[in-house]
This record gives sequence, structure tokens and C-alpha cells, in this order.
Amino acid sequence: MSSKTTDRLATLYFWASGIVIILILAWFMIRILGEGIPHLSWHFIFGKPEEIKAGGGVGPQLFNSFYVLILSLVISIPIGVCAGIYLSIYAQKNWFTDLVRISVEALSSVPSIVFGLFGFLLFANLLGLKFSILGGAATVALLNLPVMVRVTEEAIRTVPESYWEASLALGSTQWQAIRKVLLPAALPNLITGITLIAGRALGESAILIYTAGLSVSRFFPDFNPLKMGETLSVHLWYVGAEALVPDAKAIAQGSAALLLIVVLIFNMLVAIPSRILQKRLSGGK
Amino acid sequence: MTTNLATKYKIKADKLNLFYGENHALHDIELSIEQGTIAALIGPSGCGKSTFLRTLNRMNDLIDSVRITGNVSVDGQNIYGTDSDVVSLRKRVGMVFQRPNPFPMSIYDNIAYGPRIHGTKKKAVLDEIVERSLVQAALWDEVKDRLHKSALGLSGGQQQRLCIARLLAVEPDVLLMDEPTSALDPISTLKVEELTQTLKDKYTIIIVTHNMQQAARISDVTSFFLNGYLVETDKTDKIFTNPNDQRTEDYITGRFG
Repeated sequence: MSSKTTDRLATLYFWASGIVIILILAWFMIRILGEGIPHLSWHFIFGKPEEIKAGGGVGPQLFNSFYVLILSLVISIPIGVCAGIYLSIYAQKNWFTDLVRISVEALSSVPSIVFGLFGFLLFANLLGLKFSILGGAATVALLNLPVMVRVTEEAIRTVPESYWEASLALGSTQWQAIRKVLLPAALPNLITGITLIAGRALGESAILIYTAGLSVSRFFPDFNPLKMGETLSVHLWYVGAEALVPDAKAIAQGSAALLLIVVLIFNMLVAIPSRILQKRLSGGK
Repeated sequence: MTTNLATKYKIKADKLNLFYGENHALHDIELSIEQGTIAALIGPSGCGKSTFLRTLNRMNDLIDSVRITGNVSVDGQNIYGTDSDVVSLRKRVGMVFQRPNPFPMSIYDNIAYGPRIHGTKKKAVLDEIVERSLVQAALWDEVKDRLHKSALGLSGGQQQRLCIARLLAVEPDVLLMDEPTSALDPISTLKVEELTQTLKDKYTIIIVTHNMQQAARISDVTSFFLNGYLVETDKTDKIFTNPNDQRTEDYITGRFG
């Protein structure tokens, strides 16, 4: 085969791979949204669930999803960003840093259900939180922490060394250089990382079955983080597996569609400002 | 510190040795630079001239394996002494790098960065500093209408002058320039060279350059480095017409390097 033919075949193959991915996504969206959207109504999205009768909503679950998401981000972002900064800037090459890095990698490969069990033992039993939104959020934060560390480390490393040198050469302290130059320059990549872990937090079920429980508060909305808090993805699993309501299938389809839409909206809410920011930083080019 | 000494020598290196791990990169460098002069450091790649330049504002501190013996003093104070503060040293001894390295911010914020981190907050004061620095760096007319646009949209030559303006904004005494024009086109190079001439009244400038015409054009004294040794320092005219050392003559006449 001549190199020209190989080149053409390779190009064709790359195109085909791209198209396959688009097709899979399109098919997936059409199935989920097509079956789910007809069940979506004001009452379904914001109403309270039913245990026996048909016609229950998922309002508290939707609320809990965001509550868990926000609490978990509040825990994982500060710790993850600081650890990432430590690894990329302060850490010298020695056994301690190697240990931190190995731990981060090991943690990020632990299956989420194992985290769930761990969270159950630690937060629900040992710390006596029982099934709670707080325990769930803390465990999800543990799941996301290694990802946040890695993303931050990479984001800081991709900032050109010259910014760092320029700042220090102007007489800044290291902290000033980090806060005023490195972090802003790394922000677009950090935001990508945050959307990634936010998506995982919104979609997480295994962990939350163990830690946040399968039922919701009688009150809605209930901001008490020590209450049980079933989220939308857990509800999706629950209605598929155990629910008694006659319209379980419809609720599952509606929840799946709603979950997908919520994740998409959330990603866009984060991605669009980040694009604008990036454009402004890079001189509108 | 006697005033006499301070005005005579702005910078003085005394038996300065530098090691990168096991590699002995600078050998017993003895060099004194007077206030208000432009000193050029020339020599082939890897001769230690940039390394020497970076010892003067302690940028080599950023490299873990670097070890330094001997003395460097600025205004008669040893900058490697235990009581020396690296942050205030770098404020007095600023640096322009080989590649223009503006921050990914607006032109205004680039210039205001230094004053801000050193505690200037008032907008009126910052406005004044930004304008003065850009005027000094001969960039004001080109950018005055786009101060709040990103600095990354400027041309390479403009970016380098912006970096010089950013440095002038912190009001240093000494400007270290590490091949500041090697990434620039001839016209931008000329502008930066002209700029050094207008700055020399107020600042002591030390410039590393690969371009010997540049050294001859702009500097008052020239030092020739070779393999980590300082071979010879003299008035620039003398170095380029009648150097004392055979190796200097070989280098400037293009026999090696």
C-alpha cells in the first residue's frame, strides 16, 4: 500500500470514529429524552413523590441532587485545589510527594461503591450521622477529591513557566504569583475540571444509596443537611428496582430525562462564562 | 555603607562561584559595575553569562540544585547574606527575559501588577504610574487607546517593551536584560536598543547579548565570558578594537562561538 492510500484510509478512519461518537450520543439522547420528556410536567419536576399512588413528582430529589452537589463541591474544591497547587509548585521531588501522588492515583481508581461503603462506615456509623445529605456529600467529595487534585496540578503545570518567573522577578512573593497570575491563567482548565466532578456528583448513585439514603424529608425544601436525602439518580435506581408505585416506569423515564437535562444545563452554565473569560484573557483572539 | 562606595559601584561580584549540582558553571567571577552604565555580557552559548545575570537578582534560587559561594553586593549590601530579602532585592533589581512574557491580562493590569503587589491601591496613582511607565518604554502612543485590551494581542516587539514598562513601574535601580531582542525583528530590536539609551541616565543596565554589534552599539563596558570564566572586562571600544586577551579577540573576530 502506498503511503498516500494509507493516509487516506487513516483520514477516513478518523472521520468514521468521530461520526460513530456523534451517532451514539444522538441515539442515546433521542431514546432518553424521547421517552422521558412526555412525562415531564411542572408537577413532576417540583412535586412531592408518592409511595403507593401514581402521579408522584421528584421535586425533593431534584433539590437534594443540587444540595449534595453544592455541599460536595464546597468540600472538594478548596482541598483539591490546594493539594494540586502543592503538588505542582511547592512539592520537591522526594518520597513524601511521591507518596501523595501515588495516593491520589490509587484513590481515583477506587470503585465508587467502595467509597459508598467507606462513607457509610465512617459518616453514618462512626460519626453517627446516619443516612444524611451531609454524609452523602462528604463521601461524594472524597470520590471527587483525587480528580480535583489531578486537574489542578495539570492546570497549573500548563501555565507557562514564564508567567511565574515574570511575577517573581517583579518582586512578588510566591503566594502573590499563585493567586494573581497562576490561578487566573489556570482558571479555564480548573473550570473544566469542576464541571467534570460536578457531573459525577449529579450522576452518582452507588455512594449515595449507602450514605444519603432512599427517602426524602417530609418538608420541601428542607435545608437541614442532617436529614436523609435521596437524590434524583438514586431515585432513578429506586423506582427501577424497588418502588411500589404503578407508574414506576414513567417516573424512571422522566427522571432520566430530567437528570440529563439538568446536567446539560449545569455544564452550559459553567462553560459559557468560562469561554468568555478565556476569550478576554487571551486578547480576543 | 559609605556613599562613596555606593555611587562608585552599583553591583559588585566577588569570587562568585556557582554550581548546578556537580557542574561548576561559574568560576571566581570578579566584576564591578558602576552606577548609570550599560554593561554588556558577551560570550558563546553556555559560557555562563545568563547564569551570572540571574545570580544578580537571585533568579537562580528557583532551581533546587544550584549552590553559590562568594559574594554579590548591590549598593554595598551582600544579596546572599542571611539578612537579605529576596523580594525587596528583585524589586530593586528587575529583569527582562529573552522571550517577552506579558501576563494574560490587559495592558493596564500588566503594568499595574508590580505596583499593586507592592501595595499601591489608589486608581489615580496607578493611572499615573501606568502612563509614565509606558511613556518611558516608548509604547504609550501605540497602546494608549487600548489599555484595557489583552497584552497578548500586541506584537512581539510591543510585548517586550511592555515587559520593560512593567518593570519600570516598580521603579528598580538596576535592569537586567537577558538577550531581550533575540526573539524580535530588526525594527523592534532597534526600538529596544534606543530605549536602553534613554533609560541609561536613570538606571544601571546589564544586558546579555549574542549580538556583538548590539553590544558595541549600546554598551559602555563589555565583559567576555568563556566556559564559566570571566575572561576580560573593559571599555566597550577597547574590547572591540584592542582586547587584552587573545581569546576575546578570537571570539569577536568570529574565529569561534
